[in-house]
This record gives sequence, structure tokens and C-alpha cells, in this order.
Amino acid sequence: MTLLTLEDVGKSYGAVQALSNVSFQVGPGEIVGLMGDNGAGKSTLVKIIAGVFRQSEGTMRFQDKEVHFHAPVDARKAGIEVVHQDLAIADNLSAAANIFLGRELHRRIAGFRWLDHAAMAKRSGELFNELKSETRPGELVRRMSGGQRQAVAIARTRLADAKLILMDEPTAAISVRQIAEVLALILRLRDAGIAVLLISHRMPDVFDVCDRVVVLRRGRLVANKAIASSSPQEVTGLITGALETA
Amino acid sequence: MSDFSNVRQVSWHSRGFLASQTAYVTLALALLVAAISVVAPEFLSFGNLSNVLTDFSYIGIVAFGSTLVIITGGIDLSVGSSMGLSAIIAAMLFRALGPTAVAAVPGAVLAISVVGGLAVGATIGLINGLLIAYTGLAPFVTTLGMLSIVRGLCYAITNGQGVDITGPEANLFFRLSDGTLLGLPVPLLYLLALGVMMGLLLHHTARGRYVFAIGGNERAAALTGVPVQRVKTGVYVLSGLTAALSGILLGGWLGSVPANLADGYELRIIAASVIGGANLLGGVGGPLGAIVGSALIEVIRNGLVLARVNTYWQQTVVGAIIIAAVLVDRLRSRRLGQ
Ligand SMILES: Nc1ncnc2c1ncn2[C@@H]1O[C@H](COP(=O)(O)OP(=O)(O)OP(=O)(O)O)[C@@H](O)[C@H]1O
Ligand SMILES: [Mg+2]
Repeated sequence: MTLLTLEDVGKSYGAVQALSNVSFQVGPGEIVGLMGDNGAGKSTLVKIIAGVFRQSEGTMRFQDKEVHFHAPVDARKAGIEVVHQDLAIADNLSAAANIFLGRELHRRIAGFRWLDHAAMAKRSGELFNELKSETRPGELVRRMSGGQRQAVAIARTRLADAKLILMDEPTAAISVRQIAEVLALILRLRDAGIAVLLISHRMPDVFDVCDRVVVLRRGRLVANKAIASSSPQEVTGLITGALETA
Repeated sequence: MSDFSNVRQVSWHSRGFLASQTAYVTLALALLVAAISVVAPEFLSFGNLSNVLTDFSYIGIVAFGSTLVIITGGIDLSVGSSMGLSAIIAAMLFRALGPTAVAAVPGAVLAISVVGGLAVGATIGLINGLLIAYTGLAPFVTTLGMLSIVRGLCYAITNGQGVDITGPEANLFFRLSDGTLLGLPVPLLYLLALGVMMGLLLHHTARGRYVFAIGGNERAAALTGVPVQRVKTGVYVLSGLTAALSGILLGGWLGSVPANLADGYELRIIAASVIGGANLLGGVGGPLGAIVGSALIEVIRNGLVLARVNTYWQQTVVGAIIIAAVLVDRLRSRRLGQ
């Protein structure tokens, strides 16, 4: 079984052809690195898989069934969670409120559904512990460091029983120690049987944790290789175009 | 929890409510009340206090709705006009139904008139909300247009004449809109009840949380599955409803609804929300702020009257307070490095 299959996926924003003929697969529990220069189309691809946009061409299959996501909720229902490049969290809310945004826990009092603050704080605390992140559930995101924000965005993906987690540059703009934490976390997700599509500009990230690397250049897939049979030099060449394909 | 070295524990005085604009505006209000009481003891007389509490309730009730809109990052300039049209329609229904068979059922005329007036406010809010949430029109321009449309309707349907509230149940109308209960003016009781409801809505329901999330990061809210358009439409409907209620109460107090009822009130209402801590950039605000902001404006107005300051100065002073309140907040945020 393959988890995710893309076949000839393309996307245009008006006159801009951001993606064309992208085909690759992600297996269950596999960590795939997605690399490419600025504007190569990585975020666009993530947003298509996550149901934020529809592709203009091509088909997408999840667990061997063709899927048409009309909204992020559809992708989430199928078992796909995302950490967006700009994290998509609300600064003016607490960590716990962000984690549960759109799927709050409730309890019934006098016939009405009220937010269950205690349960959400408790679950958030557990998630942060699991992620070994030093983040308080009640803290406002506005007061948090980049690594803590990242932890909030990642903790969100752990609420449901996800099968595939898309991470758009989770290690950009955080400290070296925090990068190590995020990478360790990705390995732990894999151990739990969760597949990860990791977008990164950092070669060491990809070579540390990924099983395979997929390279996009100007919207086209130019490589899809096992990490074991590639090298940072080769991938750099593929990204810049010094190497045509591999 | 363990001793996290990289998590700065924020000291108690710069956290939560105590650190909010609402908190120091409350403090300013308390100091002002104390100062006026010393300078002009008649401030504390029963009659004067009762007047102040009534007057500020009209503004405060609408400031709740206005604050909800402001938290989402929007603005509603049409509230003054909505107050006017809702009160006019309610008064017209009340007059028209008085001599009909409906009057045989006790309270029916009043109930239908009030519901009719509220429906007018809700409809105005719904139109605002749909235009803003679904077609992406700017809130400022949309509600500015609505301000003018609705005020025009007020003059057109009344021919510029006031509508007297008369009919068999007029006394019931006045008791419910301008009476007292346990010695408190009823508008104040409506204000307090609505304030509690708004607090529960904002802080203890998912809908309320979405209102904050949209103001904080609308795109993120949409990505996480928050029904952004419905929530946005909802806050304008609530804004229209609070305006309608306040307009009807104001009509009951006056005994007659002039075509220019609450003309220009939108500025006082928005000022009250902003002074109380609602941030026009979105994401911040609450019922307590709406109450404190309205109270501060009214106490200043009343204080200036008692001090026999020319009433023309009121507007100038209120404007200065608006700027002072947001300026203090700005300086404080900068000090905390936010
Ligand atoms: N909403 C949009 N409307 C129009 N064009 C867009 C939009 N989003 C992206 N693009 C264009 O599509 C192309 C691919 O963008 P995308 O954000 O997917 O790149 P990326 O690989 O994620 O880049 P980066 O490394 O900078 O994050 C770019 O040319 C970009 O300008
Ligand atoms: Mg990107």
C-alpha cells in the first residue's frame, strides 16, 4: 500500500504555472524530504495535499483511493495534518487555544456546550511533554520564542490520529538546539508509524532524518532518490540546476 | 512543571487582566470618580448618579456589539443609524397595533413592536456582515454607506417628524425601558445582563474563541477550519441587535423617537470600545472594557457639566482621552518589548 500518490499534479495561479506534472509517492511511516529553491513550488504542493487549494491538473490518491479535498477540514478528516510555513497560529491566543482551534473540547452545562478549559490545558501539557518542549499551555503565543511557536504548531498535528504530517520549513528561524528537537520529534513520529513530508532548505535536516528526497525546480520534479544513494552535493546541484536530473 | 530555563516567567503585574488597557482605564475611572466626588459632592447624589448610570448604559449596550466587531478586526459605523431606525420602527408598530385586535392580548403589542425593532437592527447587521464576510468589502466603507442609507430611511419614513410612543400599553413600555428595579435604572440592568452573556460567549464558547482567532490571524483561523465568514457575519448581526435594543430603550426614555435619534452616537460608541481596550487592529477586547470605556466617557461629560465647563469642550476632552488611552497602552507594550 502507498499512503499518498500524486500523479501529474499541476497548479497555476493565473498566468504563473507554479507546478507541472509532479508525480511521486509517500509510503506509510516514510520520511520524505521535499527540497527546492525559493519559489520552486514546495508550499504550493503542500497546500494542495492539505486541501487549501485544488490542483489545476492531475490526480491525488490517499490510501489508494482518489481524493478531492475541498477544504483543509477534508484533508484533516482523511488523516493529513499540516505545519504551515508561517505556522498559521493566532498570536493573541494561548498555546492550548491554538492547539485546539477549530476542534475545541466541550462539556455540557445547563444544556449548553461550554469550552472545557481544564481538559484542553491538560491535553496540551501532555502533548508538550511528549514533544519534550518547554512550553506552557496557558502562555500567550505572542510571548513565545520561535521554537515554542513551532512546538505549538506541531502539537496541533498530534491531536488527531494523523497518518501523514506535512511540515513546511519547521526548522527555519529557530535555534540549533531547537532544530535538533524538531528533528528528534520527526523521528518519533516515524516510530509511531506516521509518514512525514518534510520541506526544508537545510541539507543536514534532510540527510539526518529522511528516507528519500524529492527535488522540485521551477515547478517540476527533477529528482526522487533514496537518501542512501544520494549526497548533499548532488542534491544541491539538482536544486540549482547545475545537474539537470538524477 | 520543571524549571524551564528558556521560559521566562512573567511577573504577576505584567500578566493577564492587570496588564491590560482595561485595567488601567478602570483605575483611571476610579480616580476620576473619587476626584469629582471631592470637588463636586452633588456628583454622588442619587439623582445625578442615577442619570449617569442610565446615560452610559445606552452607549455601553451598543459598545458590546461594537467591541465584538472590533475584536474581529472590523468596525461598525452604522450603529447610531441602526439605533434610530429600530426605535422608529418599534414606535410605529406600537402606535399602529394599539387600536387593533392584537391589543386584546396583554403585552402582545409591546412584544411585537420590540421584536420588530430588534429585527430591523439584526437585518441591518446581517446586510453589513454578508457584504463584509462574503464579498470582502472593507468594513469601514460598507458600514459608512449603511450609516447614510439607514439614517436616510429614518428621515424618509417619518418625513422628519418624531414618532410619539402612544397607545394602551405605553406605560408598560416606559416601565420596561425607563423604570427602576431594586432602585437601579433598568437600562443598567440590561447592560449588566448583556455584559455577563457577552463574557460567557467570548471566553467560554468556541464561537467566542473564533472571534478572537479571526482578529488575531484570520488566515490561520481559516486554515484550521474556523467558519470565518459565518462568525464575521454573526458579529455584525449582534452589533445591529445591541444597537436596536439600545435605540428602543432610548426611545422609551424620551417617550418619543425623533428622526435624528442617536445621530452621531457611533463615534461615542466606538470611542467607548477603544478606550476600554478594544484594539482596532483586532484580537483584543471584552465586555468589561466596553462598560468601563462607556462609563469613563459619561463620567467625564457629567463632571464637566458639574464643574460648569462649557459643554462644547466635552467632545474635545473625550477625543483627548481616546488618544491618551491608546498612547499609554502603546508605551506600556513597548516597555514590555512586545
Ligand atoms: N497565492 C499565490 N498567488 C499567485 N502566485 C503564487 C501564490 N502562491 C505562490 N505563488 C507563486 O507560485 C510559485 C511557487 O511558490 P511557492 O510558495 O509554492 O514556493 P516555495 O517553493 O514554497 O518557496 P519558498 O522556499 O520561498 O517558501 C512562486 O512563483 C510564487 O510566486
Ligand atoms: Mg514555501
